Amino acid sequence: MIHPSKSPIVLVAARTMAPAIQVMAFYVIIHGHYSPGGGFQGGVLLAASLLLLRLALGDRVGRQQVTTGKATLWSAAGALAFAGLGALALAGSGNFLDYAAISWLGAEPAAARYYGMLIVEVAVGVAVAGALVSIYDDLLLGSTREDRGGS
Amino acid sequence: MRLVAEILLLAFLVIAAASSLAFRSLLAAAATFTIYSFVLALLFASMGAVDVGFTEAVVGAGVVGILLIATLHQTSRKSRS
Amino acid sequence: MRLLGIAAVAGFTALLVFAVSGLPAYGDPHAPAHRERSAAGTAVAGTYYLQNAYRDARTPNMVTVVLADYRSWDTLGEVVVVFASGLACYFVLRRRPLP
Repeated sequence: MIHPSKSPIVLVAARTMAPAIQVMAFYVIIHGHYSPGGGFQGGVLLAASLLLLRLALGDRVGRQQVTTGKATLWSAAGALAFAGLGALALAGSGNFLDYAAISWLGAEPAAARYYGMLIVEVAVGVAVAGALVSIYDDLLLGSTREDRGGS
Repeated sequence: MRLVAEILLLAFLVIAAASSLAFRSLLAAAATFTIYSFVLALLFASMGAVDVGFTEAVVGAGVVGILLIATLHQTSRKSRS
Repeated sequence: MRLLGIAAVAGFTALLVFAVSGLPAYGDPHAPAHRERSAAGTAVAGTYYLQNAYRDARTPNMVTVVLADYRSWDTLGEVVVVFASGLACYFVLRRRPLP
């Protein structure tokens, strides 16, 4: 159990910085085709903003935006979307994860690979962000300092 | 010029690593560990591996720092050894 | 014991420095990794990516192309590893109300 910070400076700073970090995370994920970055880095940034909120505002308020169950669902959905895109290429009689074979949906092969990579980046970002947030929540859930006699 | 910058960064890396091990206060150790990660990210970027540097900066200086400080909430603030 | 540790660290450092001194120079265009054909006559992967990444996928950042397209199996494995660690924490640590 993490209690809300007693310092108003910490509260205001965390609440001001978290949305900026989230916008940066989405930019890093979407713009990975043209600049350094990509799904993993953007997902970790997204998770860092959510963990910052949890650490500064305490468990009760910090978990309202993305609950623990939602984070677990995110990570599962991201991994499933990645594998599902591979299966989609399989349905177009290509190899697993060969995005050029998705052109049976109506795009030329190079464009199919471009958009396939975009979907993969978003899926990786969602999966990593959800997994990190759910690991953090699971590790801290219910283990209070008072439970173990203090230190 | 590049060589000077890299030598400075490497010296700073060694100082950050040694002080992170030496501090008795665990909060200071966590803070210097994030400094270590960030200097390592700068070194990666100076070698041209911008993606690796970005990952190191985000993971090492962001999430690992948050996880270490969250762990400090659960234990004592001083190292005993 | 402390002297033994210092000696081990010093020995390992010397070994690493010796190994690094045998590597090709930084940015050497004739290094084996930058050739077009390997010694066995096959295409070298890195050079192939540099030459064909934009033509194959219309993406200027070839690191993204390598990670998400040419080597997407590795990225899938990475995502599955992260997801599996989250799942392990879920099953071991999450408190659910007893039925």
